[in-house]
Amino acid sequence: MEIAIAIITGTVVAATPLLFAAMGELVAERSGVLNLGVEGMMLIGAVTAFHVAFAGYPLAVAAGAGVLAGAASSLVFGVLALNLLANQYAAGIALTILGGGLSAFLGREFGAAPIDPVEALHIPVLSDIPVVGRILFDYDPLVYVAFILFGLIWWMLFRTKAGLVLRIIGENPQAAHDIGFKVIPIRYLAVLFGGAMAGLGGAYLAIAYTPLWVENMTAGRGWIALALVVFASWRPLRVLLGAILFGGVNILQLHAQGQGIGPASEFLSALPYLATILVLVLISRNRQTQKVNFPASLAKPFRPGH
Amino acid sequence: MTPRLELRGITKTFPGVLANDNVSLAVMPGEIHAVLGENGAGKSTLMKIIYGALSADEGEIRWNGELVRIPSPTAARHLGIGMVYQHFSLFETVSVAENIAVAVDEPFDLPAISARVRELSERYGMPLDPDRLLHHLSVGERQRVEIVRCLLQRPTLLVLDEPTSVLTPQAARSLFETLRVIAAEGCSLLYISHKLEEIRELCDTATILRAGAVAGTADPKTTSPAKLAALMVGSALPETHREPARPDPTPRLEVRGLDAAAEDPFGTDLEDVSLAVHAGEIVGIAGVSGNGQAELAALLSGERTLSADDDALRLDGEPIGRLDAGARRRRGLAFIPEDRLGRGVVPLMSLRENVVLTAHARGGMVRGGMVRRDRADAYARRVIDRFDVRCTGTGAVARALSGGNLQKFIVGREMELAPRVLVVSQPTWGLDVAAAAFIRQSLIDLSRAGAAVLVISEELDELLEICDRIAVLYRGRLSEGRNRGEVTVEELGLMMAGGSAAAGATEPAGPAAGRTGS
Amino acid sequence: MRLQFEPRPTPSLAAQVLAPIAAFALTVVFGSIFFLVLDLDPFETLHVFLVRPLSSANGVSEWLLKASPLILIGLGLAIGFRANVWNIGAEGMFICGAIAAGWFALAFGDGDHAWLLPLMALAGIAGGMAWASVPAFLKVRFGTNEILVTLMLNYVAVLLLGYLVRGPWRDPFGFNFPQTALFGPSALFDPLVGVYRVNTSIFITLVAVGIAWLFVQHTFTSYRMTVGGAAPAAARFAGFRDSHSVWLGLLAGGGCAGLAGMMEVAGPLGQLTGHISPGYGFAAIIVAFIGRLHPFGIVLGGLLLSLLYMGGESAQIMLRLPAALTRTFQGALLFFLLAADFLIYYRPRRVGRR
Repeated sequence: MEIAIAIITGTVVAATPLLFAAMGELVAERSGVLNLGVEGMMLIGAVTAFHVAFAGYPLAVAAGAGVLAGAASSLVFGVLALNLLANQYAAGIALTILGGGLSAFLGREFGAAPIDPVEALHIPVLSDIPVVGRILFDYDPLVYVAFILFGLIWWMLFRTKAGLVLRIIGENPQAAHDIGFKVIPIRYLAVLFGGAMAGLGGAYLAIAYTPLWVENMTAGRGWIALALVVFASWRPLRVLLGAILFGGVNILQLHAQGQGIGPASEFLSALPYLATILVLVLISRNRQTQKVNFPASLAKPFRPGH
Repeated sequence: MTPRLELRGITKTFPGVLANDNVSLAVMPGEIHAVLGENGAGKSTLMKIIYGALSADEGEIRWNGELVRIPSPTAARHLGIGMVYQHFSLFETVSVAENIAVAVDEPFDLPAISARVRELSERYGMPLDPDRLLHHLSVGERQRVEIVRCLLQRPTLLVLDEPTSVLTPQAARSLFETLRVIAAEGCSLLYISHKLEEIRELCDTATILRAGAVAGTADPKTTSPAKLAALMVGSALPETHREPARPDPTPRLEVRGLDAAAEDPFGTDLEDVSLAVHAGEIVGIAGVSGNGQAELAALLSGERTLSADDDALRLDGEPIGRLDAGARRRRGLAFIPEDRLGRGVVPLMSLRENVVLTAHARGGMVRGGMVRRDRADAYARRVIDRFDVRCTGTGAVARALSGGNLQKFIVGREMELAPRVLVVSQPTWGLDVAAAAFIRQSLIDLSRAGAAVLVISEELDELLEICDRIAVLYRGRLSEGRNRGEVTVEELGLMMAGGSAAAGATEPAGPAAGRTGS
Repeated sequence: MRLQFEPRPTPSLAAQVLAPIAAFALTVVFGSIFFLVLDLDPFETLHVFLVRPLSSANGVSEWLLKASPLILIGLGLAIGFRANVWNIGAEGMFICGAIAAGWFALAFGDGDHAWLLPLMALAGIAGGMAWASVPAFLKVRFGTNEILVTLMLNYVAVLLLGYLVRGPWRDPFGFNFPQTALFGPSALFDPLVGVYRVNTSIFITLVAVGIAWLFVQHTFTSYRMTVGGAAPAAARFAGFRDSHSVWLGLLAGGGCAGLAGMMEVAGPLGQLTGHISPGYGFAAIIVAFIGRLHPFGIVLGGLLLSLLYMGGESAQIMLRLPAALTRTFQGALLFFLLAADFLIYYRPRRVGRR
């Protein structure tokens, strides 16, 4: 029972940074922009938030700093991809390399120095319910933020005009431009939002999940978030499902390592990456569903004009 | 009376092109005003300037007598200008109501907008179901969405860019009736076209553009077609010459009962398509776009292949369905696609490199796995000379060529292969009159020299001009071929709308199936 | 008057050549500002970064030693990139090449075998190719995105290497360090000159440059791949198979990276450890782009990125700056390159205000 609860809550916590980053990327991709720099943005967000938390500021301030840093780093990508029409793959890789280097540089003073863990948000009555209370209402505040943001993004995408505009720009930017939408500024907003969410995901890792700063601590989570968006066929509910699935794989392998079950720890550690490949293969076999929700202009540069 | 819209001295340049040169025109309230000009005359640029999608370099725009700036389509809509583009600005993955709601400046209330769409579309005789997803709609229905979207804003000027290019002759006529009703209610119409007859039928005044400048204004109802054509082209319309066909009795290219599901989720499945093309003749495939032309072209060219046991496609009696485009070309089947840049040629490669694309098997252009540039260069030079391709030489990148010259290059490259069968899709799309006539004549000459030629085109006039037989593609099914001279425009128009040539006259509604909502 | 950009009908060759130079210059400016913020003298620091490393014979030896794998990997990646095959898994392929070669070195390294080094080279190529064949197969068979698969496999390769050097291949006399025994002399390349570390494997890279040049400039296969990368619809129209490009593009990248991995362990490292690549697989992506995907350009790109690595080390020693600075500058270099590339396709034009 205790182990089951630990695994369930651990899964939710492990899913949280992925959910942040993947939902941000989903919004960017729905507008037709593929930002492969999630890993770099998460690292920038992580190191910035850690700096602020280390200096003694409260969680909300540190998380906010991560959000801002992530968004700022996505600007680098935005200039390349949206103004200078660079190849989006290459621009994303540039951001990953830059983010990795810069975050390592900025975090050079923290030799794995820990900060105080974030306390769970105690909700009167609800948190005290046995079992259910511990599974549903015993998390740090950022977990709830993740789920609330998830709901808001879903609502925005499918129930508001803003979401509709975002989706049609992702499908056909030229037509959207022709009827009067400012494609580049709107895409900028989507990219910035993606960066902010990646920054928040990174911040969560550094100040709540671990909580400490280690170089390259995201360990590929940014790339897994990108894979989740593909796996989800650009649908929010499946992003959530995917994030929980990956959180679960990660927690299970950690528990197995902790208990000394199964093969060598390296093989267990490789499981999340192998699982990513597996789900990508499974999803790409069904090309029709992929195509229906695919933002048709994804990664294609757009320049208003003719 | 003050003109509703007045343009004075509008000038717009693109790199290397003077698209609009000091253009002036005036549209009166309730007037149906034509802007006539051939492809490349600058009509679309002018319309985009009026609608705020482009800004002019020079000149002024007056709206009901007042000087205005139109910096964006939103600003144009606020003035009361509505726009129906030739290439619709619609979105496949959302519903009709959402397509409309996204482009009107009103509160985002889908049920309310749906109700008004229903009401308006009934009133103007253009039935529409607001809940259907756009990709289920036929091209004609999509145009209705565009028009209703404009009408919802109660425009006082409606701009239509080549609206009949996607319609059957009958559907065009019913569109004209709608447009006359709209004009009678006081809305001005700016009607852009290169088709003389429809302008004579519909419009009150015509401004004729040639090479970006105003070549004249005329009353189309009283001016002769020859005079209008002369204004538009600068000379008499070029004509093609054709000898009567003497087709070979055995078919070169044969399609028997071809069934193929579309690869694209928004595409059209082909069902039981059969046809035969003989040496010495040109067969045309007519149809409104989106009825399976793209799928058929890809299957005939070999860009998409069939499974090994499917022998629906035969070339000189041999099954070719499993062969890719290169293998089919080596057997004498050449293809000219409707997309030139990016499919017919690699945009950033030179002409010399682009001939290697399809002619590599010719004349030792590749030996020992190496490309021989001198051979490629000689081939490219031959194409440029024989087909009068205007360019800076064999080293010019394909993207730098004008549409007409690029198409001449592609056509020339394929014809130099001396194909026994040529399949060509939209041969003259977007070309000026002279280039189009040149290409049509080339196709005729090739067939008369003994090749089997299949032309897929949405332009009925073009098919009637060059083809010996015409079949109609409708929702993935191909009709029997009808001999030229034994079929009328009316009959073909009916077949393009799904009726048999003998049956009734109304266009049936779009496919009944299809998801609703989003 | 204001400045506007308009598309060039023909891409500018001059801009294509000048963009990498401009990118480097901008990176230097970026670096100077960076140093100023850190309260360092930019001139002195730049000297430490860019000049000092090359001011000794040993420095030049190290420079070539590091440039060699970067160039080799870059050559392979560029073949894929031309075909629009986005292999960002060279790091993993490098490691797998090293592992495969390492197995032979550990198994036969004690004897004096003339055939061992060539065999290790083949094993390195095969190891890298084997790793690359996973994304190639998945892409061709299922259409799985190669970017994500190659990237994920990097992490797996690192873990696999970690498992080997901590587990079955650990040197029993190595004081429990996670590393294998040192390779025997016949499993190592000979030094090129005297005491310096640069070794004869550099000739492999030189030959590879020649082969790559011949392939890219003259072969029909490369032409087909380039068409597939630049215009997939045109490739289908011509009848060129997409799957061939994917396989060849990935295998070329994997083979070159694997061989580079072998050269690294049979050269300066002389054994397998948990960290055999200082990020060469990623840096080589930049090398390929800086070199405009052209073999000769890649040579220059490799030399530049190698210099950045050495500058980072030199700054670490002399100025106690963290090694992460190298990666920051690498990222900045790629960023500025992509930005400068805009001018290949667009040109500025002054327009009058209306």
